[in-house]
Amino acid sequence: MKVWQKPGFWLPLVIVLVWGGAVLLIHQDTMRESAFVLLMAVGLASSLNILLGYTGYVSFGHIVFFGLGGYTGFYLLSEQGWPLFASAIGGGLLSAFIAGLVGLAVLRLRGAYFALATIGINEAARAFVSNFEPYGGATGMFVNFSAYQKYGGPGPALWTTFTFLWITTMVVLVASYLVKHSRFGLGLLAIREDEDAAMVMGVKAPKAKTITYVISAFFPGVIGTLYFFKNGNIEPGDAFQLHMSIEMLVMVMLGGMGTVMGPLVGAVGYQWLRGYLLTSPIFKDLHLAVAGAMLLVIILFVPAGLVGWVRNHVQRLQKVLE
Amino acid sequence: MILQVYDLTKRFGGLQALSDVTFDLHTGEILGLIGPNGAGKTTLFNVINGVYTPERGRVSFRGEDITGLPSYDVARLGLARTHQVVRPLHELTVRENVMVGACYGREKHSLKEARRLADGSLDKVGLLDRGDQPSGSLNVSQKKRLELARALAARPYLLLLDEVLAGLNPSEIASMMDTVRAIREDGISILMIEHVMQAIMSISDRILVLDYGTLIATGAPEEVANNPQVIEAYLGDPNMTARLLAE
Amino acid sequence: MLDQLISSLTDGLLLGFVYGVAAMGLTLIWGVMSVINLAHGPVIAMGMFGTYLLFTHLGVNPYLAMVPVAGAGLIAGLVIYVIAVHRVINAPHLSSLLATFAVNMIIIGVGTAVFSTSPQNINYSLGSVEVGFLTFPASRLVGAFGAILVTACLYLFLYFTRAGKAIRAVANNRMAAELMGIPSSRVLALSFGLGTMMAAVAGGLIATFFPFTVLSGGPYELKSFVICVLGGLGHPLGALVGGLMLGGLEGLIPTFMPVSWVPVVEFGLFVLVLLVRPSGLFGAK
Repeated sequence: MKVWQKPGFWLPLVIVLVWGGAVLLIHQDTMRESAFVLLMAVGLASSLNILLGYTGYVSFGHIVFFGLGGYTGFYLLSEQGWPLFASAIGGGLLSAFIAGLVGLAVLRLRGAYFALATIGINEAARAFVSNFEPYGGATGMFVNFSAYQKYGGPGPALWTTFTFLWITTMVVLVASYLVKHSRFGLGLLAIREDEDAAMVMGVKAPKAKTITYVISAFFPGVIGTLYFFKNGNIEPGDAFQLHMSIEMLVMVMLGGMGTVMGPLVGAVGYQWLRGYLLTSPIFKDLHLAVAGAMLLVIILFVPAGLVGWVRNHVQRLQKVLE
Repeated sequence: MILQVYDLTKRFGGLQALSDVTFDLHTGEILGLIGPNGAGKTTLFNVINGVYTPERGRVSFRGEDITGLPSYDVARLGLARTHQVVRPLHELTVRENVMVGACYGREKHSLKEARRLADGSLDKVGLLDRGDQPSGSLNVSQKKRLELARALAARPYLLLLDEVLAGLNPSEIASMMDTVRAIREDGISILMIEHVMQAIMSISDRILVLDYGTLIATGAPEEVANNPQVIEAYLGDPNMTARLLAE
Repeated sequence: MLDQLISSLTDGLLLGFVYGVAAMGLTLIWGVMSVINLAHGPVIAMGMFGTYLLFTHLGVNPYLAMVPVAGAGLIAGLVIYVIAVHRVINAPHLSSLLATFAVNMIIIGVGTAVFSTSPQNINYSLGSVEVGFLTFPASRLVGAFGAILVTACLYLFLYFTRAGKAIRAVANNRMAAELMGIPSSRVLALSFGLGTMMAAVAGGLIATFFPFTVLSGGPYELKSFVICVLGGLGHPLGALVGGLMLGGLEGLIPTFMPVSWVPVVEFGLFVLVLLVRPSGLFGAK
């Protein structure tokens, strides 16, 4: 069967397509804002999953690619006058480039050592950018107002940004599916299960891991540019939040790592839960603690995540939920 | 000559795991490798297929120097192996496990061809009906067969078998022996480590004996079994020889 | 210039002792069970608040208050281990990382609800000490002394008590230790408790230097990572040396470049050491 004949390929794509399309049609600002946050979460979680879910490498500081790419894209857009599309790709490419550069070295580390190194990279990048004058140092940058004019003022510009994000999210989902169901992806899964055995079978682990790291770094860079353009400003504290990095992991874990559908379900579920806790009169003050308790329950009792759990328990859905 | 090992030396810290090991493996041969526990047999495999880099010495495979080459490059040249402690890729199905071997082995197949080839090797080891099962759910004897199928799917010229008989019951041993013979009939050369003496004596064309990292004897099974040094180091009991050869 | 350099370095080194204690807790847990405790920061903050509450509301001398704080830290660690860590001790690293992070969220969440995030401080001064041209707060000196004391106690415990020997045995080879009849679950729980105890004490000592909030543990957790890696993950004494190095760096760097470059150097060094010598600067190769 070809890719486009498989329901597992279409399901996540159609969900995002219809959802984003509906938001564009209804054209309501508040709806766009909440959809923006959700789609961004889906895109980031799916990007991380390409590395985490398929190779098993826990990138704890993955947000560094969102920050670095976001900064670069923002700089190109606001200071250099590039169009949004080109800036976002530029931001993504920078993230991918940095991932390629550090990947070969860092990916030699296994398990918790790799996780620690990625935290270190994120903190080092944050500290560096805080001192980097072209990027505005510790105060960051504000968007040059003329950047909005290209898209017919701030209002329409936000809709353009949303559309780009929508498309990007779908591209991430397609990439995630294609990687998983390719010969390359089979090699990655082998690495995840037992790296040494995989290498003995001929999988070029160092190269495969680096390529995957590059792919999973590219999209956060694109998304970062879109997000900070939407916000109108960027500063080190917002761009390199370790907390956001961990939220990405939580979303992947919640939905089910190593599945295409999992990050989508996990991201939406997590964001919905977060919104509910933040506004609920009972849980408002304790929202973080309640979220933590739920995370703990999932890690301890449903480690395969929601999608993983369903796949393991309902045979018939395995073909649909990839 | 498919494999030439010359003067191979490997140290771990203060431990001399292999010292000056030299031997040849002829094309189409089954070469047995025996020795007491800790003699360095698995280490020798690991040095040959690139998991470890030797301090000194040379390994050449089909005329090409492969010393110090990473294990994935060695695999792609057509040298496959099984592990003493089985290492299935747990979350993947039995078929997917074997497909990894086919995709990344000597012939570098596409997914589609790999699936076909995988079924062929699963059939050869008698696991075809388990193809869709997660590999983690197999029992030990089936996992050993999976290791073998995975190695075969790589279409190797040379196969390193690390104790494929250990932990099997007598009837499983007999059928595994048949499988190994069939593999040789297909033209694949074999170097195998084994502790089940009767089996290795009857299946091997020649035997190497390793003791404390040194090769102490090489030759036909009868010669080796009668070698006093080997009896001393390994077999211990002189009457053992008679019993082994009686088999 | 030189005077300033020496005074800044002394300041950093004294602080480094306390960093060392915080990192020691993290490294002990890693060494025994290969778990990186991401609830380390909040436990440090709990130590700060414990000391603060005992001092402000009950008038207990802050240094004396650290004894009950240490006890509470030990118990907190045992509880965390039993609830969150034990089930994932053999699971992939991601599970234990996220499980301890969930504990982090719970503590921070409850802490924020109770104390809000406004800064507190312990209003207890020991005056300052003058040695030649050097002047520094006496609390730093006491803090460094406390850190050395805690380290010495840990070593006496690990090397001269039955429980301590059991911990070292489990750290060395859990399976073999179990075969020898050592109850590994209890030993793991105790090690985790000791690790959080060190974190709580370190928090108490830091609270005598600087104002703090519920979130203040975070930066010390990150510093602890750096220190553990410098000293070699899993080596308590390495953590003390690593702490001194980090403290020293923090003292030295600002005399050569703007203070905002300190974290760039710290984390750059951290990544570099992980890559080049993952066993730490002093660990065996």
